[in-house]
Amino acid sequence: MIDLSSSESLVSDDIKINKTVGNIYADDAKMSMRNVNVFYGEKQAIKDVSLDLAKNQVTALIGPSGCGKSTFLRCLNRMNDTIPICRVEGELKLDGDDIYAKGLDPVLLRARVGMVFQKPNPFPKSIYDNVAYGPKIHGLATNKAELDEIVVTSLQRAGLFNEVKDRLDSAGTGLSGGQQQRLCIARTIAVSPEVILMDEPASALDPIATAVIEELIDELKEKYTIAIVTHSMQQAARVSQTTAYFHMGQLVEVGETDQIFTNPSHELTENYITGRFG
Amino acid sequence: MTKQTQTSAELTTTEKVAFSLKKRHRKEKRFQWMGRLAIGFGFMLVLILLTDIFIKAMPAFHQHWVKLEIDYRKDWMKIDSSESVLAGEGSYRTTLKKSIYQMFPEVKDRKQKRSLFALFSTNAEFTIKNYLMENPKVLGKKVDVFVRLDDDIDTYLKSVNMPGEEFSRVNQAQAGWVLELFELKRIEKRWNTSFFLNGDSRDPELAGVKGALTGTLLTMLVTLLLSFPLGVAAALYLEEFAPKNRWTDLIEVNINNLAAVPSIIFGLLGLAVIINMFGLPRSAPLVGGIVLTLMTLPTIIIASRASIKAVPPSIREAALGLGASRMQTAFGHVLPIAMPGILTGTIIGMAQALGETAPLLMIGMVAFIVDIPGGITDPATVLPVQIYLWADSPERAFLAKTSAAILVLLSFLLVMNSIAAFLRKKFEKSL
Repeated sequence: MIDLSSSESLVSDDIKINKTVGNIYADDAKMSMRNVNVFYGEKQAIKDVSLDLAKNQVTALIGPSGCGKSTFLRCLNRMNDTIPICRVEGELKLDGDDIYAKGLDPVLLRARVGMVFQKPNPFPKSIYDNVAYGPKIHGLATNKAELDEIVVTSLQRAGLFNEVKDRLDSAGTGLSGGQQQRLCIARTIAVSPEVILMDEPASALDPIATAVIEELIDELKEKYTIAIVTHSMQQAARVSQTTAYFHMGQLVEVGETDQIFTNPSHELTENYITGRFG
Repeated sequence: MTKQTQTSAELTTTEKVAFSLKKRHRKEKRFQWMGRLAIGFGFMLVLILLTDIFIKAMPAFHQHWVKLEIDYRKDWMKIDSSESVLAGEGSYRTTLKKSIYQMFPEVKDRKQKRSLFALFSTNAEFTIKNYLMENPKVLGKKVDVFVRLDDDIDTYLKSVNMPGEEFSRVNQAQAGWVLELFELKRIEKRWNTSFFLNGDSRDPELAGVKGALTGTLLTMLVTLLLSFPLGVAAALYLEEFAPKNRWTDLIEVNINNLAAVPSIIFGLLGLAVIINMFGLPRSAPLVGGIVLTLMTLPTIIIASRASIKAVPPSIREAALGLGASRMQTAFGHVLPIAMPGILTGTIIGMAQALGETAPLLMIGMVAFIVDIPGGITDPATVLPVQIYLWADSPERAFLAKTSAAILVLLSFLLVMNSIAAFLRKKFEKSL
């Protein structure tokens, strides 16, 4: 599920990562993570990462394959709980509350922190049922009319409504790749989460569909706090306000997106964004 | 395009590929033909088997009846009012015998009379009794009543074009009487309804599959109701909830081993534990169903687990990511997608259970049971055991019955599979 292969061979070992460069603190942090370590069995996938997600901003996590950015993202709504050998240490907070606290139900957390995956994964059900599923299980709608409204507004917000309004009963899997991904986004926002995590949401899509998704992300940040993992540096530059560069499980540099892409401080970041490796 | 390279000794890459391509194509052709041959051979064997069974079974579906002139004389019947008839009184055996002798006045000596009486089914006296009870007014009158012929005579009529000759178990005199009845057009060939409506009997002309069919139905019902929910629940728990550790590995190995245990062992277990320890009734479909459940469970669990494992993890992640609990994910998303595969596994397990004889012999479902079971605790037998019993019987007429019962069993299997296929299609369509 998660690529753990390291990109060691591509990198010269002599560049040291001592401490994250740049400002990891956000003035208005929705989520704040401190000294996060993640282990898969004996192997450490994330080493001492501290980062804030600023409210109503898009934070892009970039880095070469296997650098741990997806793993880090999946810690934020405890999706890693499904992997038995995975162990998470450190302090992860949502609105100041520890999300790994003993009494906290991951189900509740995931309702507040939604996730969009790399491959569009609509349920093999109708478009309507796909979007209605979340509100239904959480009991967000008391009657059919309310549920209808949630479905319609979610689809509208995901920019899909006009394309599918005549066929809400047809299968979600019958849509095109880009439409499927927007359906997944609609499904996620139907639960009205506070944070949306996106794991390479456009990597399986063509440029036009990607552009639509990017525009959508830009609109969504008005309401939600977004963290996005991406392999495309142009995408990170286009949609995000803050960029975090991961390398071999460590957070190398954090900064405003403009600064990272125009004037990176760390040598590794510079190597990566200038395309010397990655 | 000029082909100058042909003259040179060196072959170009294209030519080398073209040369090897021929060989590769030949290989593919050969394999395809082998495949077709294998399929054709298998098909032929099935066809031969089915034709053979069908031809052998044909006689069992018809039966010869004979129209006898029954004289319901009050002195023979030893009753004088229709009330007594309705009360079930009256000596019908005497009436039957005397009516038959009246029809054949030339038969005088005792041995001959016995031989004549043997032409008719032992059931004939009940046939004429039923007739009189339905028509009480004919008491004291002479009427034509159809009764069954004995199975030997029935077989004889089915084997020869024209009666009259001696045959195995039919002597010259009997052959003559049959010919006489035949020429008087008193013999009629009828569709054998008793085969489908009766339970087992020692007399082939009366024996039917309804008892065994009902027994099979009840046993299969118990098996399905126990093994399907148990098997699916076990598979779902092991795949979706159980921690992966040494214990679950051990359980998995044991389930796989259980699938390979000879079925008679389960029968012994059923006898020792379910009947002797828990005191459940012998020969009951309930016990048969429990024993067959033990046998079917591993098959269903293994197939269900494979099917659940094949559900793409992205579906689970999607549901969990939305905040569905593990239970909601498992039942709402994983199970429906896995259902077609689970149904396939279930039908394989059920088909195995349907044809199983050995474990049922151990729990007494092999007993000779005439009554049609009315519930899961009544003594019963099942179709494969019935086939085994009839195949073992010395009467010639049971030969056809055996094949006919095999056809009934195959039809049952076909119906069961069709239902499963229908359900599978429905689940696949809803995805």
